[in-house]
Amino acid sequence: MTDKFISIEGIAKRYDGARSTTIFENLWLGMARGEFVCVIGHSGCGKTTVLNILAGLDVPSEGAVIVDGQAIEGPSLDRAVIFQSHALLPWRTVLGNVAYAISSKWRRWDRAKVKAHALKYIELVGLAGSEHKRPSELSGGMKQRVGIARALSITPKIMLMDEPFSALDALTRGTLQDEVRRICVETGQTVFMITHDVDEAIYLADKIVLMTNGPGAVLAEIVENPLPKDRLRGDLHRHPLYYALRNHIIDFLVSRSKIFTAETPDHDPRKVPVVKIGRTEPTIVASKPVDSDAPQAVAR
Amino acid sequence: MTASLRLRAAVVSIVLLAVFLGAWHLATRSTGTAANMSPEYAKLMGMTATQGKSAMPGPLDVGAKLWEHLKRPFYDNGPNDKGLGIQLAFSLGRVMLGYLIAVAIAIPLGFLIGMSPLMSKALDPFIQIMKPISPLAWMPLALYTIKDSSLSAIFVIFICSVWPMLINTAFGVASVRKEWINVARTLEVGNVRRAFTVILPAAAPTILTGMRISIGIAWLVIVAAEMLVGGTGIGYFVWNEWNNLSITNVIIAILLIGVVGMVLDQILARVSRLVTFPE
Repeated sequence: MTDKFISIEGIAKRYDGARSTTIFENLWLGMARGEFVCVIGHSGCGKTTVLNILAGLDVPSEGAVIVDGQAIEGPSLDRAVIFQSHALLPWRTVLGNVAYAISSKWRRWDRAKVKAHALKYIELVGLAGSEHKRPSELSGGMKQRVGIARALSITPKIMLMDEPFSALDALTRGTLQDEVRRICVETGQTVFMITHDVDEAIYLADKIVLMTNGPGAVLAEIVENPLPKDRLRGDLHRHPLYYALRNHIIDFLVSRSKIFTAETPDHDPRKVPVVKIGRTEPTIVASKPVDSDAPQAVAR
Repeated sequence: MTASLRLRAAVVSIVLLAVFLGAWHLATRSTGTAANMSPEYAKLMGMTATQGKSAMPGPLDVGAKLWEHLKRPFYDNGPNDKGLGIQLAFSLGRVMLGYLIAVAIAIPLGFLIGMSPLMSKALDPFIQIMKPISPLAWMPLALYTIKDSSLSAIFVIFICSVWPMLINTAFGVASVRKEWINVARTLEVGNVRRAFTVILPAAAPTILTGMRISIGIAWLVIVAAEMLVGGTGIGYFVWNEWNNLSITNVIIAILLIGVVGMVLDQILARVSRLVTFPE
């Protein structure tokens, strides 16, 4: 990909202390404009740290991140964050929360203009009619919708989502995933999202980045999503490559994420292999012998 | 059929009050002529000796006197005889002045301490030492430096009400949720706007709690301070009536101090409810 809209260039995060730990180092990743990238990895591998560095909320110990030709220096209105815990200001109404973001971006706008703009985005996420409610009166899913409206309302160049749906029940999560997908496809939004949910990644992402376990985590593979752009949630599992893709990711999470660094000593962090899932790829068979104890236990 | 909890509680309260007043009345009433003595001598001795009446006034005496006070709260017959309304107004004026100065200093300073770990650590030893000092211990120093008894009383109110507000403001500001700060940071909100739109509303309930504790302490201390400095105020009134041996007036003053303290506390409780947000 020649057009690198976002380029993570050799970033590292270390914590100095009595025993200094390296969460990750020499991390490279490029993202094109309009791309939806999901990062999957186990807890503690530094996914959230990468996202915070992208947001400008955290500073890398080494390296830099370049967005649209400019190195990141602190947080910016160009990069909106959707927080895992929605992070709404509880003393403001739905409208107040969205308007706060809008008036932060366009400081000269008068109240009426801010309100009209906010209402447009509140309607976009399906909360029309609830704009005068306070966050405490909303369900978890509705709160996260407000978070999405707040992020979208400032028309950012990138949306950064840190497990935005992990605290929601399955039904709400599904609906919100549909909404996010619809909005992102419509607006061509560039999205960097962290998730634990394999199906969420398959449904939403164009590329799925697999991260090994920390400390010393690396980006192991970038899996290209073979499913068509106009995929529907209900049809996902009927696609011939769906299970191959799903199994590949789950295999990685279950076993390969632990042993990847040891097994692949010549892994070049600057050229993370791009995996294209094909029908013939024997991904399931390849990693079977790894835990030879488990099948025996089942056999007895 | 059970009446609401509120109603039942009110009934119990009234019964307790009636029992208390009844016991009080019985304990202080006259028990008849105690000894035979000439009427002139009896007049000299007063009812305590002649009719066995306690020197402690009964509830009816206090009620009658209270009514008298309430009818004319603002009379002024010179320095030692002023209406209770005037005395209370003097006390409230001092409390308000000292308290407002304390608010004006404690809240900005609390913000500074809460936002700067350096200042927090640097000022902590001073606060820890100053906080437990009884406010009245400052009185001689205040009288010596300020050379004005009324201003010294205001200073004592200031020094006693500043600590709870300072500590609560610093704590409230320091414990604003990181994610709210991060929201402001990602929206590139400047420091001043962040302080007013995120930190202040987030810390407001904690700050108000500190203000409520402070007004309570200030009202406790003003009585003692006015007993020392004298001249005017409800504290002075109590001491003056003790010197007059008017226990009835002392009891009335005690009652009014309680009522005013309750009102002050309730006002801040109301304000506190306005800024509290459910999460």
